[in-house]
Amino acid sequence: MAVTTQVPGSSSLLERLQRPRVIIALMLVMWLPLMTYVMFGNYLGQQLKDLILLPAIPATFLLWLVAVISWRESWVAVLGVTLVFFWLLVAVSAPYLPLIDPNKPIAPFTVPGLERKGHYFILGADLKGRDMLSRTLWGCQRVLVWGVTATLVAYIIGSMLGLLAGYLAGWWDEVISFISNVLLSFPVMVLYILILNYLGPSGFNIVIAVTFASAPAIMRIVRGLTLDMKSRDYIFAAQTRGEHPLWIMLVELLPNARGPIIVDACLRLGYTTVAITTLTFLGLGLPPPDPDWGLMIKEAAKVAMLWKFSYMLLIPALAVSSLILGFNLMADGLREMSLKD
Amino acid sequence: MSEQVPVLECRNLSVSYFVRAGEIPAVVDFTMKLMPGEAQGIVGESGCGKSTVALAIMNYMGRNGAIVGGQILFEGRDMRTMSDEELRQIRGSKIAMVYQEPMASLNPSMKIGDQLAEVPLFHEGVSEDEAKRRAREMLSNVRLPDPGRIMESYPHQISGGQQQRVVIAMALLSNPKLLLLDEPTTALDVTVEAGIVELIKEISSEFGTSMIYISHNLGLILETCDRITVMYSGEAVEVGDIHTVFNNMRHPYTRGLFNSIPVPGADKNARPLVAIRGQLPLPHERPKGCYFGPRCDYFEAGRCDAGHLPMEEVAPGSNHFVRCVRFAEIDWEALKPKPKEQEPIEPGDVVLRVENLTKHYEVEHTGLLFVSEKRTVKANEKISFRAREAETVAIVGESGCGKSTFAKVLMGLEEASAGRVQLGNLELSKLPVEARDGATISRLQMVFQNPFDTLNPSHTVGAQIARVIKKFGIEKDPERIRERVYELLDTVKLPRDFADRKPRQLSGGQKQRVGIARAFAGDPKMVIADEPVSALDVSVQAAVTGLLMDIQRENRTTLLFISHDLSVVRYLSDRIVVMYLGQIMEKGLTEEIFSPPYHPYTEALLSAVPIADTRVEKRKVVLTGELPSPTDPPKGCPFSTRCPYVIEGLCETTPPPVRSFSDSHTIACHLEEARLTAMEPVIKIDDDPAQAAE
Repeated sequence: MAVTTQVPGSSSLLERLQRPRVIIALMLVMWLPLMTYVMFGNYLGQQLKDLILLPAIPATFLLWLVAVISWRESWVAVLGVTLVFFWLLVAVSAPYLPLIDPNKPIAPFTVPGLERKGHYFILGADLKGRDMLSRTLWGCQRVLVWGVTATLVAYIIGSMLGLLAGYLAGWWDEVISFISNVLLSFPVMVLYILILNYLGPSGFNIVIAVTFASAPAIMRIVRGLTLDMKSRDYIFAAQTRGEHPLWIMLVELLPNARGPIIVDACLRLGYTTVAITTLTFLGLGLPPPDPDWGLMIKEAAKVAMLWKFSYMLLIPALAVSSLILGFNLMADGLREMSLKD
Repeated sequence: MSEQVPVLECRNLSVSYFVRAGEIPAVVDFTMKLMPGEAQGIVGESGCGKSTVALAIMNYMGRNGAIVGGQILFEGRDMRTMSDEELRQIRGSKIAMVYQEPMASLNPSMKIGDQLAEVPLFHEGVSEDEAKRRAREMLSNVRLPDPGRIMESYPHQISGGQQQRVVIAMALLSNPKLLLLDEPTTALDVTVEAGIVELIKEISSEFGTSMIYISHNLGLILETCDRITVMYSGEAVEVGDIHTVFNNMRHPYTRGLFNSIPVPGADKNARPLVAIRGQLPLPHERPKGCYFGPRCDYFEAGRCDAGHLPMEEVAPGSNHFVRCVRFAEIDWEALKPKPKEQEPIEPGDVVLRVENLTKHYEVEHTGLLFVSEKRTVKANEKISFRAREAETVAIVGESGCGKSTFAKVLMGLEEASAGRVQLGNLELSKLPVEARDGATISRLQMVFQNPFDTLNPSHTVGAQIARVIKKFGIEKDPERIRERVYELLDTVKLPRDFADRKPRQLSGGQKQRVGIARAFAGDPKMVIADEPVSALDVSVQAAVTGLLMDIQRENRTTLLFISHDLSVVRYLSDRIVVMYLGQIMEKGLTEEIFSPPYHPYTEALLSAVPIADTRVEKRKVVLTGELPSPTDPPKGCPFSTRCPYVIEGLCETTPPPVRSFSDSHTIACHLEEARLTAMEPVIKIDDDPAQAAE
């Protein structure tokens, strides 16, 4: 008589992995060590620093598996997810890979595939003689961690503002919408440069800058979704049982906006990655010497005019592009799947 | 008749949709013959394939739909063998279709005159002037006042009823042989609907157009069609002459359908409705043999589930077909449904007192040069009535009559501008919901209209009911809360494991039951039900109204039932309040409302409601004109612009006096009492002796 019948208790290991709680736990196991490692690596003891990323490796792998299986209907999403998780896996396992120290100058201007001073340079060495392969693989850590953190913070603030403006309307809406219109009227790059020049270049300031630049657009999306949903009967029902507006916003409204938000977040992760790389290229981003794709492009820009040395620029550029492509394909695939149901 | 070629003939038509899960048969073995000038009704619940039949005839099934078997013959030629070009010519010029949503059929950025003129321009290649002339003529043919003005208007500038008339005019402009109407009046108000139905009947007699009328409303089919096809789960289960089917139905599903709709004579205590048990099977879960088998009282294992059932003629030459192997064995007279008779509920003390409740909205209208102009929308004007414990009071009216505003004031989401609302001893009119304590809120709860909106799609059913229990402080302990959720699910007759389901896994009727469970979670004294069944299928409607009645009986809850459907209201309410443009036109006991004296508006409303009973004779009262805007209501009686009895010079300027005919019955009208009393009854039941003896 029921529309769908579920058989309880007979779920396989893979099905159990797909439960929201397990996925969130896995994400935390992957993300927290990586974030700590990149942001606060210097405060950790050497021993802890060596071990902290170990549990993240299986977690990342399992997450990738779950993602591929649950999104298998869309090859676009699978491709995107695989690209993103390739870089995530590289990020969490970089300390354990047999790589040459990325900051050690060995043999400047070694083209790919040559052996110099006892080291074999698969992707060559840069103008200071540091191993390109090692730098590219290590470099994804900073881009990923700061990119995702910045997007996340922008999303939390943008969604909150959007919910306030959309649900409470009136003066809240007027003020929030006005401020975001002002912020949106700046060209994004100008806004970044202004903020980072004022605050000084550092990872945390990038987060602030990205938040200022992205939150207004996010706020608009969430506000629109809220306006559409707040006239639904279930919101009316919550109001008539006297729920607090904060409860209505966070429990009744926000979960129903998650679909479009997740799709947009994937796209925005791409934009943020581009932005961070560009900022680093302009000298406003993450400080040297630790490897970072934007930094690598910046340093290579001086010599890459010569065809022979263009690999120094092409390799990090390709790495950035593949990550962004991964985010965008993921967004496409998610949208495709959300339209199907 | 026999030499005539049928306009349209479907022979064993089967249509399937192809989705990820595989092939889903939407229509199976559908046969129909439509003669010139005939009107055929297709009736069935949602998901039974009636719209797919129409789309198959138009050959508009989208990328994933296809005709997988059978033939569609249009004037004797198989449409499946025609080329795309031929099909394109036939669509629009020989077959025209009218959809449910008029606004979706009109181009919002084109003037109506231009849109209409396109039809003869494209199909017949006439000159532009000629096309415009024909468009104007057709607009007056569909009884639109002032065709010249309508020609120059954009679709959003005219009302819904007028839009649907324009769509019908557009369909008729190409002088089609066949007109397909897919729920053409479902989106409209009853009094407007009555006008459209009248128009459709005139068209079939005037133009000789054959029609296929698709609807879920048996009453509408009875008024418009000659023959009827009843569909169930993708199959036609009964086909026949309209009167034959209505009076001598021979399929258990048709019988079930008729038993679950309220017709005059149905009564919540003496003759309650009988719902069909179970629910419509999903297309890929249909049982073997008769699709209706698992829900049928006459099911016989081994015969009904043996294999695909053919259509059989009831009696040779009767032209009445039925898809049932046992129709000849069932004693249709003896097996009239035996509903449980119940004691009427004795109403108790007055629970709700509404006195001169008024709600005005200030609307700022920014005109030219930023000169803003303040206007008052009178959503509710001096509403007074009372409701007793365990009583059902219905508020009846069409869209814009202020029903929903009234509900909002009562629930504390809006503050009243003036007047008093008392629940027990508590004054509610100026008490917003934030200022009410948990106990007060839990005493007054609401059941919402749209089952697809009433539950939050992100949370499980159990969590949503549990939240209400926790919020109102009825139980604290999580174990006890869970127990209470289960009890509530039992009350609304849903299995307990539904507590862990998300709303999307539930059907419309099930969602509405959860909505009812949620409203009754806090043991309310009073429940406002805002059109709780209007979005549900008829067989589900009966079950949900039955459930509401049962819970009310058990808890002695006062039910405030907001609806536009007079059939349902007549069936379940004790007292009725008729509203028009924010004002009460008439109020009284149910019998008093349904018999003279009437308010002219009530009279029109009663006449407009389609009734699926061949014994009923209705006096025709068709209203002209449209509902005035609530921002600019008439000065005197709000109904004066459409009233057939309007007294020139008096009704437009002076508000009507309230005349009372008994303790409970009042009418607000300028007509003298003698004239009101002298009105003929609108609904006459032509009882034959057999039925009267019952």
